[in-house]
Amino acid sequence: MLTREEILEIDRAISAVPYRKAACIEALKVVQTHRGWISDESLRTVAGYLEMSVDDLDSVATFYNLIFRKPVGRHVILLCDSISCWVMGYEQLRERLRDHLGIDYGETTADGRYTLLPNPCLGTCDCAPALMIDNDLYRKVTPEMLESILSKYL
Amino acid sequence: MPRIHIDHREYDVRPGRNLLETCLSLGFDLPYFCWHPALGSVGACRQCAVKAFANAEDTNGKLVMACMESVADGQRISIRDPQAVEFRENVIGWLMTNHPHDCAVCDEGGSCHLQDMTVMTGHAYRKFRFNKRTYRNQYLGPFLNHEMNRCIQCYRCVRFYKDYAGGHDLDAFASANRVYFGRSDDGVLENEFSGNLAEVCPTGVFTDKTLKQHYTRKWDLTSAPSVCVHCSVGCNTLAGERYGSLRLISNRYNGSVNGYFLCDRGRFGYEFVNVSSRIREPRIPVNTQGESWEEHVHKATEVFRGTRIVGIGSPRASLEANFVLSRIAGRGNFYHGVSSSEFELSKTASQILAKGTVPSLSLKDVEKCDVVVIWGEDVTNTAPMLALAVRQALRNRPMEKSIAANIPPWNDAATRERVQQERGPLVIGSYGTTRLDEVASMTFRASPGALSRVGCAVANQLDDAAPLAGTLDEEEQAVANEIVRVLRSARRPVIISGVSSGSMEVLQSAANMAEAVRRHNADTGLVLTFPACNSLGLALMEGRPFAELLHEEQDRRGTLIILENDLYRHADPRTVQKIVALFDHVIVIDHTWHETARNAQLVLPAGTFAESEGTFVNNEGRAQRYFQVYEPVNGIRESWRWLLTLGNALGVSQKGPWNSHDEIVRALAASADVFEPVMRVAPSANYRIYGQRIPRQPHRYSGRTAMSANRSVSEGKPPEDRDAPLSYTMEGTRLPPPSVAIPFFWWPGWNSVQSVAKYQDEVGGPLRGGDPGIRLLEPTSKAPLYFSVSAQKPPEVIVVPLHHIFGSEELSVLAPAIAERCPKPYLAAGPMTFGMHTADHGAVMRLEIHGRMLTLPVVVDPAMPKGVAGLPVGLPGMEYFELPASASVIMQLQNAE
Amino acid sequence: MEKPLTQHIRADGKPLSLNEYERVGGYSALRKVLSGMTPGDVLNVVKDSNLRGRGGAGFPTGLKWSFVPQDGPRPRYLICNADEMEPGTFKDRLLLECTPHQLIEGMIIAAFAIGADVSYVFLRWAYREAARIINVAIHEAQEAGYLGRNILGSGYDLAMHLHTGAGRYICGEETALLNSLEGKRAIPRAKPPFPQVSGLFGKPTIVNNVETLCCIPPIITHGAEWFRKLSLTSDAGTKIYGVSGKVKKPGAWELPMGVSLRELIEEYAGGMLDGHKFRGALPGGASTDFLVELDVKMDYSSVAAAGSRLGTGTVVVLDDRTCPVGFVRNLEQFFAQESCGFCTPCREGIPWIRNILTAMENGEGMPGDIDLLERHARGLGPGHTFCAFAPGAMEPLQSALRFFRDDFIRHIEEHTCPWREHPVNDHNSRGFVVPHLQTNYHAADTH
Ligand SMILES: Cc1cc2nc3c(=O)[nH]c(=O)nc-3n(C[C@H](O)[C@H](O)[C@H](O)COP(=O)(O)O)c2cc1C
Ligand code: SF4
Ligand code: FES
Repeated sequence: MLTREEILEIDRAISAVPYRKAACIEALKVVQTHRGWISDESLRTVAGYLEMSVDDLDSVATFYNLIFRKPVGRHVILLCDSISCWVMGYEQLRERLRDHLGIDYGETTADGRYTLLPNPCLGTCDCAPALMIDNDLYRKVTPEMLESILSKYL
Repeated sequence: MPRIHIDHREYDVRPGRNLLETCLSLGFDLPYFCWHPALGSVGACRQCAVKAFANAEDTNGKLVMACMESVADGQRISIRDPQAVEFRENVIGWLMTNHPHDCAVCDEGGSCHLQDMTVMTGHAYRKFRFNKRTYRNQYLGPFLNHEMNRCIQCYRCVRFYKDYAGGHDLDAFASANRVYFGRSDDGVLENEFSGNLAEVCPTGVFTDKTLKQHYTRKWDLTSAPSVCVHCSVGCNTLAGERYGSLRLISNRYNGSVNGYFLCDRGRFGYEFVNVSSRIREPRIPVNTQGESWEEHVHKATEVFRGTRIVGIGSPRASLEANFVLSRIAGRGNFYHGVSSSEFELSKTASQILAKGTVPSLSLKDVEKCDVVVIWGEDVTNTAPMLALAVRQALRNRPMEKSIAANIPPWNDAATRERVQQERGPLVIGSYGTTRLDEVASMTFRASPGALSRVGCAVANQLDDAAPLAGTLDEEEQAVANEIVRVLRSARRPVIISGVSSGSMEVLQSAANMAEAVRRHNADTGLVLTFPACNSLGLALMEGRPFAELLHEEQDRRGTLIILENDLYRHADPRTVQKIVALFDHVIVIDHTWHETARNAQLVLPAGTFAESEGTFVNNEGRAQRYFQVYEPVNGIRESWRWLLTLGNALGVSQKGPWNSHDEIVRALAASADVFEPVMRVAPSANYRIYGQRIPRQPHRYSGRTAMSANRSVSEGKPPEDRDAPLSYTMEGTRLPPPSVAIPFFWWPGWNSVQSVAKYQDEVGGPLRGGDPGIRLLEPTSKAPLYFSVSAQKPPEVIVVPLHHIFGSEELSVLAPAIAERCPKPYLAAGPMTFGMHTADHGAVMRLEIHGRMLTLPVVVDPAMPKGVAGLPVGLPGMEYFELPASASVIMQLQNAE
Repeated sequence: MEKPLTQHIRADGKPLSLNEYERVGGYSALRKVLSGMTPGDVLNVVKDSNLRGRGGAGFPTGLKWSFVPQDGPRPRYLICNADEMEPGTFKDRLLLECTPHQLIEGMIIAAFAIGADVSYVFLRWAYREAARIINVAIHEAQEAGYLGRNILGSGYDLAMHLHTGAGRYICGEETALLNSLEGKRAIPRAKPPFPQVSGLFGKPTIVNNVETLCCIPPIITHGAEWFRKLSLTSDAGTKIYGVSGKVKKPGAWELPMGVSLRELIEEYAGGMLDGHKFRGALPGGASTDFLVELDVKMDYSSVAAAGSRLGTGTVVVLDDRTCPVGFVRNLEQFFAQESCGFCTPCREGIPWIRNILTAMENGEGMPGDIDLLERHARGLGPGHTFCAFAPGAMEPLQSALRFFRDDFIRHIEEHTCPWREHPVNDHNSRGFVVPHLQTNYHAADTH
C-alpha cells in the first residue's frame, strides 16, 4: 500500500510525463525516500500503481545504482571513488571507515545505522576527497574528520 | 536495385534491407548474435562488423555493424578486411570471458550458434585469465531450463519475449557486466510462446526442459518434417526421435505459416507420443493365432465379415485415413467424428472460405494487416500462433510514421522508440476476457446474440445488402459505429472468427462483416479457426455428424469403426453409449487409451503423427504433409494401414488395391476436385535426388552399430520407407531437399537452427522452391455471401465455451509439462451473472445444462457481461456439453472463502 | 576580462535569486527574443556565434538545433543535460548552484528557437543542493510569467520540469538520457535516427549541456560577434575550466576560450603542490587522452591537434608521486562499473582491462598484458561500440600506454607497483553485486 503522501508525490511525477510508466524511476525514488529501500513488496505496489509488470519495473530498478533493492542502514554513506578523489587519497577514508564502522562497500553496520557504498565522481573534484551522507555533501574530508562527521547521523 | 561491392565484387541487392541480411542472403558467412530475422537489429553484440569504404579511393575504411547499415547503391564493404576479421574474433573473445565453456554438458552443444560463430571467427585460444562472474539460475516452470552463466547478453530473449510476444515476466536486470536475463523472481514463465526462447537464445541459457528428460544431441536425432497436431493453424515442425521415443519438437520454418516460431502447446505437447497411456498392441477379443499382428487382426475380424460397416472419422486424423475409412464404410456410412454443432459450424466455415469472396489469410498475410477485428474468439487459446501474428500486425499502422521519419523497419529499437506505445486498431468482440485484450483498441464483451447483432449491423452499415439481425441498443450501436470507422480506415483489414465460439450466429455475422468490408477494400482478408488440426480437411469430405446415427433405423446393426477419436469429447455420454450400443462390433483405431477405446471390442494401435505420414488441411485451407519420423514397434501401424488391413479382412473392396500411401493420395486426389492438389503437396515415395533418398539422420549420427547391441551385435537392416522419399538412416543425399521434405536444418559451419537462412531464397523469405503446403480453397464467388442471422431471444443465463491453450486440446494435455499448466475445471461468470453477492470467486455452484447437473467452483471474470457464464472446454475430467447452452437451475453450495 | 557566465555569481556561493538576476539584466535576452525575434532569428544568431556544445563533444549548437524538422510531430522537447558525472568534472555544478536563472533563461530561448513545448532539466541525483535551487528557480520563473502559458504575452507556451536521476554515469549520454527520462533502463540509442528527429517519447528533441545553455542569454543580448571575440582562438566564447589533483589551488574559473594548459595549472591553480612534479593531465575529464605538454591552447581544435579532446575542459592532473597505472586503473574501474551493459566490447572488454590493470598494480602483471591492453584500446575505438562511452574510456588508456609505457613495463617486470603499499582492495574481484544492493541474481562469489 502506498501512503497518501507517496501517492501525491508519485502523481506529481506522473503529471510531468505522457504516460504513467514513464514516471517509474521517480516513483521508485519517492518510495525509497519514505522507506529507505525498495522491497519486493514496495516493488509490486509501485508496479501496480503504474500499471506495469513487476518484472518490467524491477528491470529498471536494478539498472540504477541509487535505487536500493536490498535494505540499507538509516544513513547511506556514498564515498566518491573516482579519479580526483583517488589522487587525493580517498582510499584512506575507506580504510578508516572500515576500521571505525567495521563495514566495507555494500555492507551495513550491525546496528543498522550506516551503509557504505562507493559512488562515482561527486562533482566536487577541486575539494577532493569527498563523500555524501544522505543528502549532505562533505568536501576535503580527511580521515581525522570522519568520526565527528559520522556522529551527526544517529 | 542497389548495386553494392563486397570485397571488390559487385552484387545487385534488394533495397531497404540492412547489410547483414543482405550478406547472408548472398550466401556470405557473416557472424551475428543480436540480430534475428524476425526481430530485426539493435546493434548490441557488435559481432557483424564489416569494413565500409567511403568510395573507390578510400583504402582505410571504417568498421561498421552490418546489421545497422542500410544497403545503398554504390556502397563498398569488405568482410575479409583484416581489421574486421580481427575485431570479429575479439568480440567472441569478449563474449567468452564469462562463458563457462561447458559445451560437453550443455544441451545446446552441437546445435549452438555460439559454437558456430566461435569457429567461424577463428577464436581458438583463451586469453582471459581472471575470474568469471557467476549467476544464480531460476526455476522457470515446466518448459524451460535456465543456465545464466552461459549468457552472452545478446538481448534476444527479452526482445522476443517482451517486445515480440508481449510477455510481461522476463526481462533484463542489473547493468554493466552483471546484466541478468530472467524473471524478477523464480516462477513459471507465463507467456504462451516462451518455448521459442530455446531457439531464439543463441547459446544454452534457455533450453527445452522436456528434451532434458531424455536428452539427445541434435546429431543423434532421427528427424522428419512434421505438422503440429495441436490446433488448426498447422505450424510446421521438426520432430526428432531416438531409441523409439520422440525427443524434441522444434520449429520448421515456413514463411507463410509459422515463420520462425511455435507456441508452447505445439512445442511441448509432443510427449503424448511417449506416455504410458499409449495403445501399444492390438487388443483382440478372441484367441487368435497368426504370424503377424495383421494375421491376428484378419482372423479376429472374420466374424465381422459381411456386416454393414459404419465409419466415424476424425478431425485429428489425416485426410488419407479418413478417406480410406470413408471408402471402406461406403457412401452414406461415413460419419464425421464431431458434434453436430461443430459439424455445422465447420461446414459453414468451409463454405465461407470456398464460396465467399474473401480469401483466407496465412499468418504471414495477417502480419501485414493494419486493422484487426476478432469476433468471438480467444485466439491465444484456440490458435495461439495467430495471436502472435496479430500482435505483429498491430505494429503496422504506427510504423508508417517511423518509416516516414526514415527509420527502416529492421531498425527495431529505433522503430519502437519512435512508435512508443502506439498500436494499430484491434477490436475484440468476445464473451469475456481474452489474452489479447491488453493490446486491443476496443473490447466488446457480449453474449453470442449481441455479438451477431453487432456484427450484422456493421456489415449492414458497410453494405445495405447485408441483412440485419435485430435492433441494437445504444452501447451496441456505438460499438458498431466504431468498428465501421476502423474498418473504413484500413489499408488491409482482417476479420478473425471461427468455430471455437461454438456459435453459428457469431461465425455468420463475422463472415458478413468480412464480405461487406470486402465491398470497400479488395485487400480484406478473413481468418477462421477450427478446433483440430484437420477439422477443415474433414469438413471438406462427405458425411454427416455421428450423432445422427441415433436417428437412423435402429435395427441395422453391424460393425462400427471409430478412427482416432474419443467420441466422449464430441457428445454427451448417454448419446455415445446409445450409438455404440447400436452396433454388434466396435473397432477403435487410435494411439491413446480413452473412454471410447476402452469400451471397444477390438482396439488397434495407431501411429501418432510421429509414426505415420499424412496430410492435414489447416485453417487457412492449406494442405500440408507430415512424414513418419520413425517406424513404430510392436503392433503400432499408421491408421490408414490398419484400415487397409481391416478392409481386406472385412472383405470390403475398395477401389484399390491400395498398398502404399502414394496410392491412397492418388485416389483421394481423384475423389473430389477440392482434393486434387493434394497430389502435389509432397513428392512421391519414388522421388530421389541423383538416385538418393533424403536421410532422416544427419551425417554425424552416432552409435548406430551399438544402439541395439544389447539385443544383437549384428547390425540389423534398417527399415525401408515405402511411403516417403526419406531414408531412416544417415545415408542419402547431402543436397538440400525440396522444402516440404526438409528433415533438419543443417549447413556446413551452421549447426544451429540459424542455418535456416541457407534454405531460404533470401533471409526471412520463403524457403527455396516455395513454402510448403498448397491452398485448397480460394474464394470463387463474385457476389458476397451473406447469411441471414436470426435473432433469438437469449436465455437468462447462457453458458459459452472457453478455451485453454494448456488443457483444452485432447493430446497435448497428456504431456506432463502441459498438464502442469492446465487449470482445474471451473465455471467462469461475470460479477453480474449470478447476482453480485452469490457469484464470488471460489464459491461452488451447482447448475444444470441440457438436463445434466454440474458442480464447479466459480472464477469471476470481471469482463463477462450479465447473463453470460463460461465453461472451459475439454479439460481432463470435464464431460462434453454442447455450448453455448442455457443454464437453468442454479444453486450455491458453498460460499467463497 | 568578460565573464558572461559567472560575473554575477555571489561571493558566498549562494544562488542568485530571481530579483537579483533581473537586477543585473536577467531575462532581458528572453524579452528581446519574445518581442520580435522569430525562432529562425534566434537560430541564426546562435549559429553565427559559433557556440560549440560544452557537454564534451563540442558539436556546433546552432547546427544541432537546425536539424529539428519544422514540420515534425509535436510535442517537441528541450532537455538540459545536467547529469555531470564525468570524473574530474565539476563545472555544471557551479552554474546550477550559483546562477540557476541564467540556465532557465537559456533553456527558454533555446526551446523557443526549436519550437519546443516541454522542457526538462535532467539532474544527477547527487546534486541535492542544485535540485533544491533549480526547483525554486523554476517556481520563481513560473510565477514571474517566464514559463507556462503565453510567456510574457508572446503566445509562446513552455512547461519545464526538473527530473533527478537515480545514478549511473551513462545517463549523461544524450540518448541514454532520453531512455532514462522515459522511465527505462538508460541504454543508449542507435543513431540515426538522431534525437532531433526521434527523441524523447519518439518526438523531436534537443539535448544541451548546462554550460551551453547558459551561454545563450549573453549571446542574444550582446550578439554573435561579441561572443566570438570573447575567445582567444577560433572557438568562440568563454569556458569554465577547472583543475583538480595535486595542485596548490584546485578550482574552477571562467576564462576566455583558448587559455593554455600552462596558465591554467601554473597561474590559476597556483602550480603543483610542493614536492610534486607535473607528469601529465587529462584536459577534459576521464574520457580524454593525456596531455604531457603544458603549452597547449585549451580550445577544441588545439587540444585535438595535440592528440586529445577538450572534453569538459576540467583538467585532472597526474603528478610524479601518483602511479600512472593506478591512475588509469581507477578510471577503468569507473568505466567498467558504469558501462550500461548493452554492447559486447564495452561490457566485457573494460572489466578485462580493469582486471589487467589491477593485476599489474598488485604485482601480478604478465608479459603480454601490454599487448592485450593495446588490443583492447584498438578494439573499443570509435564506431566499434554502440555509443561513445567505451571509446572515451580508451582515451586515457591508449595515451597512458604511449606516454607512461615504462611505468607499465616496470609494474610487470618488478612484480609490484613502485608507488603502492597495499594491494588494491578491488571489490569487483570479490563478486559483483556487493557494492550495488541491486539484485539477488548473482552467486556470492566468482569462480
Ligand atoms: C558516456 C557519455 C557521458 C556523457 N555525459 C554527459 C554529461 O554528464 N553532461 C553533458 O552535458 N553531456 C554529457 N555527454 C555528452 C552528451 O551526450 C551530449 O553530447 C551533450 O549533452 C550535448 O550537449 P552539448 O551539445 O550542449 O554539448 C556524455 C556523453 C557520453 C558519451
Ligand atoms: S498448437 Fe497451433 S499454433 Fe501452436 S504450434 Fe501447434 S499448430 Fe502452431
Ligand atoms: S548482429 Fe550486428 S551488432 Fe549484433
